[in-house]
Amino acid sequence: MSEADIGLLGMAGATLLVAVAIGVSVWQQLGLERSLIWAAARAGVQLVAVGFALRLALDERTPLFVAGIWLIAMIGFAMWTAGNRAPEVPGMPMLAGMAFTAAAVISLGVLFGLGVYDLNARTVIPLGGMVIGNSISATVLVARRIIDEFQTRRDEVEARLALGLSANDAARPYLRSAIRTALIPQIETTKAVGIVFLPGAMVGLILAGTDPQDAVLVQAAVMYMILGSVATTTTVIALGLGRRLFTDDDRLIRLAQPDQPG
Amino acid sequence: MVNSAFELAEATTPILHDLNLEIPAGQITVVIGPSGSGKSSLLRLLNRLDIASSGTVSFQGVDVTGIEPRTLRRDVGMVFQRPTVFDGTCAENLRVGDPDLTDAGLVTLFERVGLDPELIQRDARTLSGGEAQRLCLARTLATTPSVLLLDEPTSALDSDSVHVIEHFVRSFVDDGGTAVWVSHDRAQVKRMADHLVQVVDGTIADSGAHDAMGHVHDDDNLWLDSTGTAPFTNTPPSDPPAEGPAT
Repeated sequence: MSEADIGLLGMAGATLLVAVAIGVSVWQQLGLERSLIWAAARAGVQLVAVGFALRLALDERTPLFVAGIWLIAMIGFAMWTAGNRAPEVPGMPMLAGMAFTAAAVISLGVLFGLGVYDLNARTVIPLGGMVIGNSISATVLVARRIIDEFQTRRDEVEARLALGLSANDAARPYLRSAIRTALIPQIETTKAVGIVFLPGAMVGLILAGTDPQDAVLVQAAVMYMILGSVATTTTVIALGLGRRLFTDDDRLIRLAQPDQPG
Repeated sequence: MVNSAFELAEATTPILHDLNLEIPAGQITVVIGPSGSGKSSLLRLLNRLDIASSGTVSFQGVDVTGIEPRTLRRDVGMVFQRPTVFDGTCAENLRVGDPDLTDAGLVTLFERVGLDPELIQRDARTLSGGEAQRLCLARTLATTPSVLLLDEPTSALDSDSVHVIEHFVRSFVDDGGTAVWVSHDRAQVKRMADHLVQVVDGTIADSGAHDAMGHVHDDDNLWLDSTGTAPFTNTPPSDPPAEGPAT
């Protein structure tokens, strides 16, 4: 049995930690017991299901197009998730789809184009999953931040338009601010890696018996890939949303903001 | 020869309807009317921040939909009710209007609106309300407009700032410019208006030379503040200061 093969007994043991969380909830009267049980059960079922699916998809004989279909499905689910988490953003699912697609194409294109990893279903699916999964939060954050900026600073944006600036020029300072806000958490995470916390991919590899030096190199590549992906998705969202918030003749569309009295 | 700055024919928006109006060039046209009647919306039609869903709006005889919006807006400058300064110094604010402004140009603009040139490198967010509004006026002037749209620019200012802005706008028009000024202030209208437009319920109720529309000053309901309960007051000293701002 390798270090990673924990078996059903090991799994059962790990669930004791869920019991600890439930115990804390009861003790502190947080009222989260049902949510914790539901979340843990759901995660278990989802992971078991995905494990079966991955066993099929990651088989060495699995053709590459299966990985492509898997990637498209992941992007579709991420679009749906982003749309649900930011319903106030006009056209969010479509924008998110463009952003995730761009991030996947660029990140995977670089990694496979430079031969960092071998191109096959076994590598495309997990790397694609990391690109998309790790970009969702930043994607939602940048979109919500842009809407918030354009609602609270509508007067400023319109004052810039009234000075004869194009929509792009008028929007730029606010889009830039939103991108910075969304990127900073990922930059901080990247800076802290290895010192403050050991990321999941590395821990997983070490537990699975990989040499720590090799695990570190894989993790570094993954971290850089995620950083690039987050930068790509936030920029695509900012550019796309910046365009959607204006008409073709450089007028700012109405967002959910009461009109000024006239 | 065109002597109208703007002509509106059956112009309609979600807020305004059937606007038929001529705004003369080379004069101060003051737009009056109750809160929420559509005065600000009328101004926004003139520089294409809003567009008419039907009817036409023309500037100097040309339908505004045929004028490139950025070109129109640089020629038809707008000052909003609340001072909207941008992050950065006063100089950086002015250079949003004209990135090529020289240091001498900055000083000239400051002097035109009665601001102390020593404020040029100051963070614009630290200005008082009156200073900030004058900065916004100077920023609008940086694009060398021939028309100024003024959306109650003095409604929240101290009396000195009100006087400086009124004095500047009169000079601007005397030098050949056109001003369209939304105001709630009866005393200010009496001081400033050459031409009057009365907006009620989203359409033009009356318009004409100020001299021929003295009756509007007798209708107290026209001059209520935004709460609709009290007369608007924001009257600067009747005597102008000994030294007016440079124009």
